[in-house]
Amino acid sequence: MNLDRRLGQGPFVWQLLSFVLFFGLWELAGRWPISFAFPPFSKTVAALLRMAENGSLAKAYFSTLQPLVIGIALCGIAGISLGVAIGLSRTMEWLTLPAIIILQAAPMAAIIPLITYIYGIGITAKVLAVVFLAAPVVVMNSYRGIRNTNPSLIQMCRAFLGTRRQQILKIILPHAAAMIFAGLRLGLAMGFIGIIIAELLITPTGIGDLITYHSSVADYPEMFAAIASFILVAAAAIHLLERLEQRLFPPEIRGS
Amino acid sequence: MPAARAIVEVKEIGKTYGRHVEALRDVSLTLAHGKLSTLLGPSGCGKTTLLKIIGGLIPPTRGEVWIKGKQVDGPGPERAFVFQDFALLPWATVLRNVAFGLELRGMPKDQRNEAALKHIADAGLSGFESSYPHQLSGGMRQRVGLARALAVDADIILMDEPFSSVDEQTRRKFQEDLLELLARRNKTVVFVTHSIEEAVYLSDRIVLFSPRPGRVSKVIEPNIDREGRNPEEIRRDKNYLDVVDEIWQILKRYVV
Repeated sequence: MNLDRRLGQGPFVWQLLSFVLFFGLWELAGRWPISFAFPPFSKTVAALLRMAENGSLAKAYFSTLQPLVIGIALCGIAGISLGVAIGLSRTMEWLTLPAIIILQAAPMAAIIPLITYIYGIGITAKVLAVVFLAAPVVVMNSYRGIRNTNPSLIQMCRAFLGTRRQQILKIILPHAAAMIFAGLRLGLAMGFIGIIIAELLITPTGIGDLITYHSSVADYPEMFAAIASFILVAAAAIHLLERLEQRLFPPEIRGS
Repeated sequence: MPAARAIVEVKEIGKTYGRHVEALRDVSLTLAHGKLSTLLGPSGCGKTTLLKIIGGLIPPTRGEVWIKGKQVDGPGPERAFVFQDFALLPWATVLRNVAFGLELRGMPKDQRNEAALKHIADAGLSGFESSYPHQLSGGMRQRVGLARALAVDADIILMDEPFSSVDEQTRRKFQEDLLELLARRNKTVVFVTHSIEEAVYLSDRIVLFSPRPGRVSKVIEPNIDREGRNPEEIRRDKNYLDVVDEIWQILKRYVV
């Protein structure tokens, strides 16, 4: 008990230690050097600060996060609605589920360059790349959340004279809420992949452009700084959503 | 009990699941107003199926159920259900769960909460109004289920093995409370159980089922005098013990 408590205070320390270890190894590997294109940690941080100072980082993030947010918002509205509709209606399920399963299984990165042919290289193309990657998991999670409703609760609702509308609003949706939210979080993770692929493959803007540009002029610390900062932002965003999810839907009161 | 008027009439009910699984065959019975009738039998005898058919939750394959002179074609306001697995909303407090039947009927919040509070007190749950189901023991959860059923003020309470997921001590106390609660209210109760002792202790009339396909094998009226006697006296009553033995002699044949 006592030991637990002492360790319980510890996670922060342990996490910090693991970061120190990781960055230390990075520094060592950079100084070794493993490759002349692999900068040590200290130079990468210096490059990051330089880019933050001259404004190129902020500009890149603005250009990258804008389509990401729009794409995820679209998935949040249209994707969840579609998933809920498929979950509630057998006809919708029969009509659309096969397409969504194919979409989920398809290697999206291969399809993304095709977007350019239709939508060019503007923000629309980037938004579409995000939607293509994020939508399937958002839709599937919403659908599964709806389908997983405890049949006994539905029967209870019927026994107490609930209408179909009440059944959906008071039982099915609250029951599926946690899973729908988790779908949105997974969708965001996919969205980060989508946006970076789009920027690397089709529209050289934002963080993707920073990476490509600095790599082409052999500014490796800058390139690594852009990559590392993007990983950090993605991880932090998803972690925050996970925390929010646990706050909103503690496991003991969630339906599924 | 010939003088009591029939409130539930089950006429030649048959139920076949799919093509080959025959759960009930040609079941006819009448249940008297204001009495507690038990459907008793080994597992797989279709007793729960019959209860759900009476509740209007499952349509019969053949036959009819009439309640208060009207044919059943779905759930109705004169019937309330208590579920084996409680069927409480995990994300709702005790208060909202107890008031849920009234909520579905569109009763204004103040009014339904007031009614629910009274039933919460009657069920011995005072002080737990704002607890969530996961914070309660199995016995207390079923008290919430019972309070919810009583709150809608139905004449007929249908109880599907309500105590089967409750430990033995809690079960006995709950049985005593149930009798006391019902004695004051003039409710008709249809009770499904596989416990002989429970059936004899609680019932005015016991309908014994034979297994696969379920048929009425015998109807027994224990005629135990409960007036002014404590539970221990009833459980030592010669009549009580004789009926328990009589039922066991019949059910024994169905146990392999």
